[in-house]
Amino acid sequence: MRIFWALLARDLRLSLRHGADTLAALLFFMVTASLFPLAIGPAPDTLGRIAPGIVWVCALLAALLPLDRLFGADLDDGSLDQLLLSGLPAFAIAAAKSLSHWAVTGVPLLLAAGPVAIMLRMPQDAIPVLLLGLLPGSLLLSLFGTMAASIVLGARRGGVLLPLLVLPLVTPVLIFGAAAADAAAGGFSARPHLLLLAAMLAAAVPLCPLAAGAGLRAAVE
Amino acid sequence: MHAIRAARPSRRKCPPGKPERFVVLTADEVAVFRGERLVFRDVSLTVPAGGALILAGANGSGKSTLLRMLAGLVRPAAGLVLWDGADAFADLAQHGERVAYLGHQDAVKPGLTVTENLQFAAAVSRRTIPAALEAVGLEALADLPSRMLSAGQKRRLAIARLVLSTATLWLLDEPTLGLDTASIDRFGALLGRHRQGGGIVVAATHVPLPLPGATELRLS
Repeated sequence: MRIFWALLARDLRLSLRHGADTLAALLFFMVTASLFPLAIGPAPDTLGRIAPGIVWVCALLAALLPLDRLFGADLDDGSLDQLLLSGLPAFAIAAAKSLSHWAVTGVPLLLAAGPVAIMLRMPQDAIPVLLLGLLPGSLLLSLFGTMAASIVLGARRGGVLLPLLVLPLVTPVLIFGAAAADAAAGGFSARPHLLLLAAMLAAAVPLCPLAAGAGLRAAVE
Repeated sequence: MHAIRAARPSRRKCPPGKPERFVVLTADEVAVFRGERLVFRDVSLTVPAGGALILAGANGSGKSTLLRMLAGLVRPAAGLVLWDGADAFADLAQHGERVAYLGHQDAVKPGLTVTENLQFAAAVSRRTIPAALEAVGLEALADLPSRMLSAGQKRRLAIARLVLSTATLWLLDEPTLGLDTASIDRFGALLGRHRQGGGIVVAATHVPLPLPGATELRLS
C-alpha cells in the first residue's frame, strides 16, 4: 500500500510538472462545449434541453485526450519495467494510474462542468444532479480509459484505436448519466439512474484494473 | 546446448545457520519466443549467492531477452526459472521485489530533478537518496532537472536506483554504456559490495566488466 501511494505521488508530481497537458483537456472541454451555442443558436429552451448531453459528451471526449500518454511515456523510457518490478502487482499499478488520471483530468472536469452547464442555460435545479452523476461517471471514464490505454499500449496507431475501444464501452455511462440530469430537469426522480451508475462503478473498480494489469504485462513482453 | 555453473567466490562462506541468505538462481532449459521467432532455446544456468554471470554473444543473440525473462517481464515458452528451488514466476510481484533491472533505457524523467527521479525507488526500499547519489558521484547535481544531464550522468542516475534497491538479483543490460573510467571503477566497487552481501549479478555486455570471478555464458 505504501508503494501504491508512492506511485500515485510520483504520477501526480509528473502531471503537475507537465501542467500544459492537464490544462489542455480542461480547455478542450470548455471550448467544445461553447461551440454548441454557436452552432445551434442561443435560444435558452433548445440549449437548456440538450445541455446535459453536451456536458456529458464533451467531458467524455476531454477525458480521452490524456489517455494516450497515460502509459505511453512510461513504456517509451523504460519506467514501466521499473514499475512492474517494484513489488506492486500489475493491477495495483493500473489502479494507481486510474486514480491519478481521475485526480488530474476527472476532478478539473467536474469543477468546470458546473459553470459550463450554467453557460448552456441548463435548468438550475438539475445542475446538482448533473454533477452528482458526473462524479461516478468521471471515475468510470478513468477506469475504462486506463483499461483501454493499457490494452492498446505498444500497438501501432494506438492513439487512433483508443477512442474506438473506449467510446463503445462508456455508452452505458453516458446514457444513464445524461438520463439522470434529464430526469431531474423534467421533474422526475434521478435516483434509479444514479444507482445504476454507482452499480457500474462497483463492478468497474475491481475489474478494470485487473484487465489493465494484464494489458501492462503483455505490453512489456 | 548451453549449460554453465558459476563457481562461488571462495571469499564468501555461507554460514550454515542462515539458509535465507543462501539463494540460487537457476534456469533450466528455457526457451523464449518473440512473436513467431525463436530467440533461444535450451539455455540453462545456475548462479549462487555472491556469484556473477556475464552474458556474451553477437547482437541479436538474445542477451537482453534473457535478462528480461529472468526479471519476469518476458514469459519463457518452455523451461523453468527457479529461485531457491521454487518456481520464480509463481508470484510475479514478489519476484519483482527480488529483482533490480538496469535496462537499455535509463527510465529517467526529464521533467523531474535528479532527486525526484529517485523518490519512488527510495519509497519502495526505504533507503536514503543522498547516500545513493554519493555512491554514483551525482550528489552535486541533486537538484538539477534531469534533462540537463549528459547520457553518462543519466546512466549513473539509473545505477543510483540499483543502489537504492534492496533486491538480491541485479540484472544489468550493458551497464557501463556511456560511463567514464572513474564511474566504471565506482560501479565495480558497488558490484563487489553487492556480491559480498550475498547478491547475484547477471550482466549482458560486450566490454569487460569489473566482475572478478564471473563465469561467462555465450549465446549463439
